[in-house]
Amino acid sequence: MTTKEITIQTEPFVVNIGPVHPSTHGVFRMRTTLDGEVVVNMEPVFGYLHRGIEKLAEERTYGGCVPLTDRLDYLASMSNNMAYCLAVEKLAGIPVPERAEYIRVIMAELQRIASHLIAVGSFLNDCGAFMTPIVYMIREREKILDLFDMVCGQRLTYNYMRVGGVSQDIPEEFIPALKKFLKEMPGWINEYDRLLKQNEILLARSKGVGVLTKDLAINISASGPLLRGSGVEWDIRRADPYSIYDRFKFDIPTGTAGDCYDRYRVKVEEMRQSLRILEQALEGLPAGEVRSEVPHLVRPPAGEAYGHIEAPRGDLGFYLVSDGSIAPYRFHVRAPTLINLTALNDMMRGWKVADLIIIFGSIDICLAEVDR
Amino acid sequence: MAMQMLPPGWPGNFWAHWAIFAVIILVFVLLSVMAFIWFERRAMAIMQSRLGPNRVGPFGLFQPVADSLKVLIKEDIVPSRADKLVHWLAPVVAFVPAMMVFAVVPFRGGALLADLNVGVLYVVAISSVTTLGVFMAGWASNNKYSLLGAMRQIASVVSYEIPVVLSLVGVIMLAGSLSLQQIVQAQDIPFILVQPLGFLLFFIGALAEINRAPFDLMEADSEIVAGFNIEYSGMKFGLFFLAEYAEALVVAAIVTTLFLGGWRGPLLPDWLWFLVKVGAVFFVIVWIRTTVPRVRIDQLMALAWKFLFPLALINLLVTAVEILVWPDVSLWLLVPVNFAVMIVLVLLWSKLFKLGWGRVNV
Amino acid sequence: MTTALSVSKIAKQLGKKFPEAVIESGADSLLLKAESLLAVAEYLNTAPDLAFDYLNHVTATDYYDYFEVVYYLVSMKHNHGLVLKVRCYDRENPTLPSVVSLWRGADFQEREIYDLLGISFEGHPNLRRIVLWEGFEGHPLRKEFL
Repeated sequence: MTTKEITIQTEPFVVNIGPVHPSTHGVFRMRTTLDGEVVVNMEPVFGYLHRGIEKLAEERTYGGCVPLTDRLDYLASMSNNMAYCLAVEKLAGIPVPERAEYIRVIMAELQRIASHLIAVGSFLNDCGAFMTPIVYMIREREKILDLFDMVCGQRLTYNYMRVGGVSQDIPEEFIPALKKFLKEMPGWINEYDRLLKQNEILLARSKGVGVLTKDLAINISASGPLLRGSGVEWDIRRADPYSIYDRFKFDIPTGTAGDCYDRYRVKVEEMRQSLRILEQALEGLPAGEVRSEVPHLVRPPAGEAYGHIEAPRGDLGFYLVSDGSIAPYRFHVRAPTLINLTALNDMMRGWKVADLIIIFGSIDICLAEVDR
Repeated sequence: MAMQMLPPGWPGNFWAHWAIFAVIILVFVLLSVMAFIWFERRAMAIMQSRLGPNRVGPFGLFQPVADSLKVLIKEDIVPSRADKLVHWLAPVVAFVPAMMVFAVVPFRGGALLADLNVGVLYVVAISSVTTLGVFMAGWASNNKYSLLGAMRQIASVVSYEIPVVLSLVGVIMLAGSLSLQQIVQAQDIPFILVQPLGFLLFFIGALAEINRAPFDLMEADSEIVAGFNIEYSGMKFGLFFLAEYAEALVVAAIVTTLFLGGWRGPLLPDWLWFLVKVGAVFFVIVWIRTTVPRVRIDQLMALAWKFLFPLALINLLVTAVEILVWPDVSLWLLVPVNFAVMIVLVLLWSKLFKLGWGRVNV
Repeated sequence: MTTALSVSKIAKQLGKKFPEAVIESGADSLLLKAESLLAVAEYLNTAPDLAFDYLNHVTATDYYDYFEVVYYLVSMKHNHGLVLKVRCYDRENPTLPSVVSLWRGADFQEREIYDLLGISFEGHPNLRRIVLWEGFEGHPLRKEFL
């Protein structure tokens, strides 16, 4: 008697996750080929948020491009401003006064904490913790946004830094408020750790999931927490120091396995290191003017310059080419999130649909910067 | 048997009793569901350091009323290629069993609709009918993703039935009867103290069966399959939504009756104790939802088969041995023994079993 | 500090291995011939004392006579950097070899250059428009676009 083998014919089907989806952080489409629950292939499609910032910048003055940079990664506007101003100052050889440097560092590190709060909160939201962690973290972020409001009157797109310094000095009530924040924040980060760090379900969902190996991370030019989560100790603040970062003592947290859990831990530890830098910067804040004498229409000499910083999402750089006129000839943004997305397919293959969302959340992108 | 249930002071005959109680149960279930919706939203909000609904009526008490009105006046859209009869019937099949369970739950000393002497069996059987409604919804919608969601649901419910029922057998053995009324009357000390492991297993299993966090994969909005109720709108969706809270109410009521001592308690009147205990259990359910992230489908199944099922069997064995070996001992002596057993077993199992090992190919 | 390597020294080193490749070594960048880009890049990637394993970014500019594609290379081991430039004089159908086989990070960036400037990259596995939609006419970052 022969046994007949009955095989059920299955075929993989293509599914679109996004562009309108509560868990893709922005308008992002993933064309996933699924075999049952397992992801076989994933193709990212973006460009829904392309506004042509690089072309727009060619028609604006150097000073007028600063608001454009705000809208790149709107969750970390101060860092964008800083990177751009750095690039222009390199191009035109403009010095920045001491007080402005310290203020810039304070703003950049506060921005890093705010951005990481949102990144960690939405990562946990994707894990299914239904809003509780993100609401707690937004509560802390509100305090940072109040500080920014005090300084420049804005809560999201600050337009605070200028070529040659910052636009205005910090008001009197800023420093006591900042001191109060610095006293309370370590307690809050400890509370998040107490609730989440060893949570069994979080560990089960994110440990070992979406691994990015060290070699692949370097090959795809990854940067930021994605690169450091994979074990590469590369932080622009240490590798290629800009502004006055070489004066501050801080550690660079790295992960070991390159999975989602490590990236989450790297972000939390970076928040702690930012608090450390903030304390040192606050101590050393000198008196003085906050902006050097720069003409309203800056005309840098013909040439090119590349200025990059360690933004919360990675290595953000601005490549500027000048032809001696008041507008940049070429304005290119080295978008860390666009480049970090290169390995998305490799990281997602073989995992299930539920893991897809978690892996995507752990890379922490901002679509406005991907599309520009 | 019909005449025995009638407490001495109740007016009328069997049919009057039935009519009064049916109305009471209907009103109780619907009102409690509305109260639970409000309570969940406020409690969850306060735990998340925000306010929750506070506009509609004092403390937002009329929020569920507003929600129900909204759901009632929405357009009822049926997909053109859906199976019309099954599509219409599914919410009914999902909601009605949740109400039917209350026929055997004692509200106060001796007051319930029918004191079936197979009460627990009736409860377990009827609450499984809800799953049928879910599958009907997934099938009739003529939508690949809702069918996938419904299949997941069925797989998880079937897996969790076994540890849930097994954990109830311990209680049944201690009380010596399947009738819910008798079980409440046998609880001189609440069975949660005597059967801690059983309570734990039942609670986790029941949470998984009613799709509450951390097991709410079916209604997870962070996945492509938004669940079996993708194609539902209007009052049919409202019925599914109510059914979810009604099932939570059922779980709370069963836990109260079987483990917490039902309506028994000093000082306060019986029915008030019942309501207080049900509310407390529901608060714990909401608390868990606010605190814990979600598991994945293969981890869910692994939890049922590798963690809950063996522990349920061992619990059954231990309880049976205790009853056999010490038939007349006071239950108070069993309490520390069972607690010790529970702690040892849970620690041992969690060393051997980690959620992340459940990488089953579904 | 990411030291910028002395361009003239690199030019000399390259001149020994790849004669004809280097057109000129400017103050801070190395201008190469388009055809020799891939060979030089591979040498820079694998040579142990250079070890440029990290491509910081690729970008391109439209100077009216030619397109200039700029590669910023960084070595993580030695922490030094180098800038390579390649020019493309064809305006109708500019093509260049792709470096995706060496540094996968160039994948999306080269697609973006193709999308916005029209430079095709030979050897790129998936050369399609990335930020604009399929069917868009023209290349916006070109100076004659608007």
